[in-house]
Amino acid sequence: MKLDELAGKCGEWLLGTGPESDIVISSRVRLARNLAEFPFIRKANDSERTQISQLVHAKMDSIKSWPDLLYVDIQSLDEVDRQFLVERQLMSREMAEAKGDRAVAIDPNERFSIMVNEEDHLRLQVMCSGLDLQTAWERIDKLDDELGEKLTYAFHDTLGFLTACPTNVGTGMRVSVMMHLPALVITREIEKVFRSLQKINVAVRGLYGEGSQFMGDFYQISNQITLGRTEAELVTTVNEVVPRIIEYERRAREFLVNESEQDLHDDVSRAYGILCTAKKISSEETLHYLSKVRMGVNLGLIRSIEIETINKLFVQTQPAHLQKLRGQHLSVADRNIERASYLQSHLGPNSKSDADN
Amino acid sequence: MKCQQCEKPATFHITELTEPTGPVMVHLCEEHARTYLSQENSDSPTNALAGMLAKQLKLEQTADQLAKLDKKTCPVCGITFAEFRQAGRLGCAYDYVCFEDDLGALLLSIHGSKTHKGKRPARGTGSPDRQHKLIQLRREMHEAVTAEQYERAGELRDTIQDIENGGDLPGAPPSPDAAPDSDSDPNSGST
Repeated sequence: MKLDELAGKCGEWLLGTGPESDIVISSRVRLARNLAEFPFIRKANDSERTQISQLVHAKMDSIKSWPDLLYVDIQSLDEVDRQFLVERQLMSREMAEAKGDRAVAIDPNERFSIMVNEEDHLRLQVMCSGLDLQTAWERIDKLDDELGEKLTYAFHDTLGFLTACPTNVGTGMRVSVMMHLPALVITREIEKVFRSLQKINVAVRGLYGEGSQFMGDFYQISNQITLGRTEAELVTTVNEVVPRIIEYERRAREFLVNESEQDLHDDVSRAYGILCTAKKISSEETLHYLSKVRMGVNLGLIRSIEIETINKLFVQTQPAHLQKLRGQHLSVADRNIERASYLQSHLGPNSKSDADN
Repeated sequence: MKCQQCEKPATFHITELTEPTGPVMVHLCEEHARTYLSQENSDSPTNALAGMLAKQLKLEQTADQLAKLDKKTCPVCGITFAEFRQAGRLGCAYDYVCFEDDLGALLLSIHGSKTHKGKRPARGTGSPDRQHKLIQLRREMHEAVTAEQYERAGELRDTIQDIENGGDLPGAPPSPDAAPDSDSDPNSGST
């Protein structure tokens, strides 16, 4: 499989299936690992970075249950391809912007990816659609075991897995859930909800779109602590808090429907209308209106679109995806025109939303 | 260096790892550090790291004591404690031994624990001393290959495999205060 083939497809994590998928987009578990025989990345020289990449690649190739893994050398990619992998959540923005030998290994179905030479030698991540942290944890545990049989991880009997940043030491595990919370944003309840989460060691971050643009209605909930608890306990920590936030969002949506259904319907319909008819549209505007439409679809205010289509449009209307799908470099102005055309073809009356995905 | 708030010497160098713009250094005297840390916003785990790191350096420590700590250097990777405080990132697994006392308090602040309870790797490396030796041997092996000393490289490969399989270490671990090894230049290829 080649990188270009990924652009037209969509990973399993975006299918809009799985428990609570009206509010939870995806569940992700990440493990940070370092190889015992090399310094951490900050102190590894060029030769050592190359040795790490080659060693890891060779060991991955020898794992029989990972037959079609795509191993991508990030140094050899152009800027659009790097940005594409970031938009696809297959690697971090920091990794795209870093220098030196580094790579990302990608499962063809995008169920998992492994960053090599990011902040740590290895960052394994597994993604699932909807709220399904248990599956994500079981999958990454297996991947970690398979890789751990081939590689010698830096490990301390008392401190656990050793990582470049002390915030990750121990399990090296970050459990996170990406949530779509538009009603809590509209009702301005979001800050209050998140303030209450600080007390139980759960971190909340907004998600960023193009550059530093803020994707207003998406939030990532994750564990803060990585040491002193088992992996299962960390999964439980996040698993216990997410249903509470879902409940708050559902109540906020119910409130909006009961108190101002006409306004809400109007807002959603206008957003849909703009997405269907605009001749040029920015990435930021698109995310803003898609968020409203997504809520409208979930509330039954718009019935002609599948949630999977909206999920895919969030990703495929981003700058690098548009350029990959079009097969050429586009200026910002040309992207805005291309984006409007792409949205129309998937949301408009003659849309091909379910035909080509 | 002077405090950013007054004319006194800055004895606290706090790194705010704010996202997404990258690390920001704050240099403060003891008095202003107290004020700064009491206002610390703990919303972000990375901000919390910087605050906790400064707090655990004990406010009663003198400038001399802090300066001495800042100069402490890992003999394996060459990182100084000051460098770690500035970047918030460690240089190698052995740093957890080299800076054990200072990191221990930090880990307790961040995680509320210093004891791992999670899974263990299939291939055990034993201790950071063993990991330090593996780093050294791996570097020596690479140098031997570069110098086309293939017999030596083969011996080193066998030693590495022996350690990874639980064999005894060929030498004792270094002292944390020892000078960096010649093959672990602190400036070599750092990112």
